[in-house]
Amino acid sequence: TDVIIESSVGYFTEGPERKDDIVKAKQEGKELTKEEKQRLRKEKKQQKKSKEKKDDKPSRDSEKEKKPASAASPAPQTPTQPPAQKAPSAAPAPVPVPASETPSAADKPAKSKAELKAERRARQEAERASKGKKGDVGPQAAPGKPKAPPSELQPVVKRLPEHVQVDNPEVLKKLAKKLERQQIPLRSDYGYKVSLFSHLHQYSRKAPLTQQLGIPSTVIHPAIVRLGLQYSQGIVAGSNARSVALLHAFKQVIRDYTTPPNEELSRDLVNRLKPYISFLNQCRPLSASMGNAIKYIKKEISNIPSQCKEEEAKRKLLNCIDCYINEKIVLAAKAIAKYSIEKISDGDVILVYGCSSLVNHILCEAFEKNRKFRVIVVDSRPRLEGREALRRLVQKGINCTYVLISAVSYILPEVSKVFLGAHALLANGYVMSRVGTSQIALVAKAFNVPVLVCCETYKFCERVQTDSFVSNELDDPDDLIVTRTGTTQLEHWQEVPSLGLLNLVYDVTPPDFVDLVITDLGMIPCTSVPVVLRVKNVDQ
Amino acid sequence: MELQAVLMAAGGGSRMTDLTYNTPKAMLPVGNKPLMWYPLNLLERMGFEEVIVITTKEVQKMMSTDPKMKLDVKMKLDVVCIQEDGDMGTADALRHIQQKIKTDILVVSCDLITDVALHEVVDLFRAHNATLAMLMSKAHEFTETVPGQKGKKKTAEQRDFVGVDQSGKRLLFMANEADLEDGLSIRKSIMRKHPRMHIKTGLVDAHLYCLKKAVVDFLADNKSISSIRGELVPYLVRKQFSKTTNCPKIKDDAEDQNQKKNDEPHGRQNPLKLCECFIISTPNSPLLQLAQDRSCWNDHRGDMSEAYHGGKLRCYVHIMDEGPCYRVNTLAAYIEANRLAPKLFEEVPVHPSAVISERCQMGSDSYIGAMCQIADKTSIKRSTIGNSTTVKEKVKVANSIIMHGVTIEEGCNIQGSVICSNAVIGRGADLKYCLVGNGQQIEPEGKDHWHEHTP
Repeated sequence: TDVIIESSVGYFTEGPERKDDIVKAKQEGKELTKEEKQRLRKEKKQQKKSKEKKDDKPSRDSEKEKKPASAASPAPQTPTQPPAQKAPSAAPAPVPVPASETPSAADKPAKSKAELKAERRARQEAERASKGKKGDVGPQAAPGKPKAPPSELQPVVKRLPEHVQVDNPEVLKKLAKKLERQQIPLRSDYGYKVSLFSHLHQYSRKAPLTQQLGIPSTVIHPAIVRLGLQYSQGIVAGSNARSVALLHAFKQVIRDYTTPPNEELSRDLVNRLKPYISFLNQCRPLSASMGNAIKYIKKEISNIPSQCKEEEAKRKLLNCIDCYINEKIVLAAKAIAKYSIEKISDGDVILVYGCSSLVNHILCEAFEKNRKFRVIVVDSRPRLEGREALRRLVQKGINCTYVLISAVSYILPEVSKVFLGAHALLANGYVMSRVGTSQIALVAKAFNVPVLVCCETYKFCERVQTDSFVSNELDDPDDLIVTRTGTTQLEHWQEVPSLGLLNLVYDVTPPDFVDLVITDLGMIPCTSVPVVLRVKNVDQ
Repeated sequence: MELQAVLMAAGGGSRMTDLTYNTPKAMLPVGNKPLMWYPLNLLERMGFEEVIVITTKEVQKMMSTDPKMKLDVKMKLDVVCIQEDGDMGTADALRHIQQKIKTDILVVSCDLITDVALHEVVDLFRAHNATLAMLMSKAHEFTETVPGQKGKKKTAEQRDFVGVDQSGKRLLFMANEADLEDGLSIRKSIMRKHPRMHIKTGLVDAHLYCLKKAVVDFLADNKSISSIRGELVPYLVRKQFSKTTNCPKIKDDAEDQNQKKNDEPHGRQNPLKLCECFIISTPNSPLLQLAQDRSCWNDHRGDMSEAYHGGKLRCYVHIMDEGPCYRVNTLAAYIEANRLAPKLFEEVPVHPSAVISERCQMGSDSYIGAMCQIADKTSIKRSTIGNSTTVKEKVKVANSIIMHGVTIEEGCNIQGSVICSNAVIGRGADLKYCLVGNGQQIEPEGKDHWHEHTP
């Protein structure tokens, strides 16, 4: 390691000098170490790149840019090729390291804590690099900025989730390996995918995952198999329903769980849940709310003290789950209803889209509190969920009108408010909801009708998305096929090579179209979502 | 554990007594394998590791000596013997093993030969949290002439009327023709809930049922029900639409078993009611109810009621359109099964231990069992020959089923017949469409036996 630090110090001064060192070494007949050879190769590549980039910036900057290319690849956590724009986030990490090294190496005063840390980090990175991964990071990060301050942030190397990289065969291979390890069958994609969405999974409802499982299922708990089936067949649909059903199934799993000998409940139970979560993910991609619920449960399980007896631990966990549901779903719905009722005045004409359990709940509560309003239910194919919303509202006695989404601009002049439900609220204020929601919000904006989104805080997620293409869910394309008057036009759509059926499930609405978000914490503007997230993280 | 498999192998084969005179139905050879091998193979292929087999002592003895059963069946068989007198119905048998039943059960009959993808039936059971899920198949016409019957006598098989809803999955109505003497009547409550019902008659019940554990407990308390197919299934189908009775409040899925025991003293005066309502209106655990309330799914549309019309008892059926599904309970079915079962399972036509002389003409769809001896100048077409059978020279066998241990002397001509085990066919006998019983001897030079039936 001494050698490494020395050479990196030498690297600070001037780029080409290092090369001279190696040349000297060659001339002296010394054998180049493997890592030096790698460095040489890397340097040649970088020099080529810098020439291509035609950068006017000083060599430091150009080398900093080159660095991400090399920094990205060796980082062991990124098995996939992250796109170039993500790489610069990796850059700050190596940069300050050698920067702070310079003063320490050069001056050698009493080394401050930060400098020691930086040295250690450099050593670790160098060791990692010398293990033979594609080139090394630390020492090559050298040329950077002596002026760059030691960064206080620990920037995380962002990687794409696997479910949006379906067209990458390496990712698929990794997924297949992981599922094989967990003994869960791999669900194969179905049908031709429209090219813009070929990076997402597309499954057929007629090929359930249970086809490949044994009966009776021994690897996966029967409650989870049942839940997965209900997800894939759409019997349990809707963000809240899915989360509640998931937690119910987890309760059954916990009840039936026994700690194997020599294992701790806090660690073993989490490992037991992992294949179940993969299975559910294969049946239907997890929603943001489910993801948050799972995170909560895993945290609760890991926080169980090791001296806790199994019975007590189980009881505690079951209690936690009940509390979570009660707080985040049931009471939140009550709170949101309370706030929303303030916004509903007599004589209102409220437009709702699809079947959101929360919005239905609000309207039913408002009706019970004797507000006089009527509702327009907008529906869209192929799910036609609006029919279910219509049934529930009419059953209560609310005056309803039903239209399809194609008529929304016709009906909007009558509407005084639009209430929308959300699947998730993203960190940049975008609202992810059923496909068609953004269209409704857009048209409402054009007509100057206020749009209110109702969403519980447990659906807030830290993802950032600005369009509906990057991450979405593709439903069974055969759902779009309809038989009218005895003829099914799209029956043989797979045989037409230029025809693709696209059945999107979600879309994102920009915050400019949303006037207010009603959550259990109160009524906030769309742009305050990151604040809520930050507060939530601090709380936890 | 999710499902326990129960194989009913105690049936007497009342509709083919000639065959089952000496051999119990469960061990009748079909394609040189005992009949009960087929459902066991189905269960094994699906992934079951244990099966509870309810059978008679005789069958158990035969099972332990049969090579196919010992070698091919790798599952653990828990054999429960019951009396042979035949008074015990299938539901009575379930009551008998109630102590062994810990979870939901899958009941299979020993005479079922099929290659259905079982997950279709079990998925209905799981996804809809059903009380009963069963398998039915479109009936196939039997084309082979049945030996021992002169002319095509259409047996007046009682038809089953099965009513399903529009999706074809939910079972709404089930009755046998025998019970419908004054016409088929359907309750108004059913029509109100399911305005479109498809009534089918050409279906074969495969006798494969997924039942909830609560049903087994219900049977334990209701000793009046003795047959699953005859009484329990129609009862459950009817009860789907009966008015829900008042039930003691039951808290949670895990706790309700204890609660029920606690409620026993109260429920003593009306045990039937308690069990009935336990199946009919088992309230969902509150979380499950919450999930159902919040879910935007409904199984029907057009009326104001929630999913499943709020009913907790649901019966589902999976109807197979294509693919083999036979219940070997009549002679015609037995012959058909012999023809088709070996093809299904890619049976090796000639068992390696059979000795067949070179000058024997064997058709491609004939199956020779173990330790057979086939002499010269014989012709075997479209037939199944059982184990340890001796066929001497110049014998012509066509379209026949020959069971184990049969001796066929020279010069015989056997067509379209069924020869049971250990029979001896004398020299030169000419049998057409005959049914020769167990251990019988046909005298030599017996000419022109036609459609005869020797028990």
